[in-house]
Amino acid sequence: MIRASVIVFPGSNCDRDVKVATEAVGAKVNMVWHGESEVPASDFLILPGGFSYGDYLRCGAMAAHSPIMRDVIAKAKTGTPIIGICNGFQVLLETGLLPGALMRNASLLFVCRDVHVRCDSHETYFTGCYRGGEVLRIPIAHHDGNYFADQETLDRLEGENLVAFRYCDADGELTEADNPNGSQRNIAGITNPTGRILGLMPHPERLFEKPLGGTDGRRIFESALVAAIDAAA
Amino acid sequence: MKALIRITLKNGVLDPQGKAIENALGALGFAGVSDVRQGKLIELDLAAADETAARAEVERMCQSLLANTVIENYSFELVG
Repeated sequence: MIRASVIVFPGSNCDRDVKVATEAVGAKVNMVWHGESEVPASDFLILPGGFSYGDYLRCGAMAAHSPIMRDVIAKAKTGTPIIGICNGFQVLLETGLLPGALMRNASLLFVCRDVHVRCDSHETYFTGCYRGGEVLRIPIAHHDGNYFADQETLDRLEGENLVAFRYCDADGELTEADNPNGSQRNIAGITNPTGRILGLMPHPERLFEKPLGGTDGRRIFESALVAAIDAAA
Repeated sequence: MKALIRITLKNGVLDPQGKAIENALGALGFAGVSDVRQGKLIELDLAAADETAARAEVERMCQSLLANTVIENYSFELVG
């Protein structure tokens, strides 16, 4: 049985949704409270969306220093795959496991709608079931999703094929009009060089089965399950 | 001993909130206002024995939590 752990912070609000989506593809899911000191044995870890610690100081800043994160960071550094969705992406950046920062949306508005993103790095633990260049329709819901990094970091991310998702139009073209938050180079999600850590602003768990209006997010979870089964074989 | 810690966005980092403040000041009739940048002021009391120890401690606080040095600069002063 493939096991995943969802880290639950005070203020997380997508933790149960992501549990349902992960269970739907056949994994067993532990919910792990932020005050715990150790994550149970898991094939992969999930940092869910929400507003951990009320977004105090900076989004994800307090969560990045919560007790459980010491073990999460230690496990990530020894190769345990980890996905951070929305607030979880903010937490990954605050821990330094991924580079850059997420700033207030350029429009200053909270944006909650479906957008298109293009999968530009499909050979990672969490994107293996997508095709390179495939366009997905996927919901976003955030106030601070404006990805920022210095030019050198952006060049390195692009040069090493570490940009996993970019905001685009329905045909996969990268346009300014389709960038919902001002992110540099239309970046919606990035991965680390081993492809085992993924952070993204869109919410794949909100569109993983037909009754929700679409299934484009489902393969994030299927990818992780397939990769975990491969690793266990 | 009290520390006053000032956190601002780095030069070159777009500050949409500063821009909105600038526009609002213009709308209120304040002419000639430009380059508005907004940041944070954090005030805290320290039990540190002397100024050298206090400076080192605040420096570590800024690096580890108070500022995100990817996008922010910090400076501080000790008073009292």
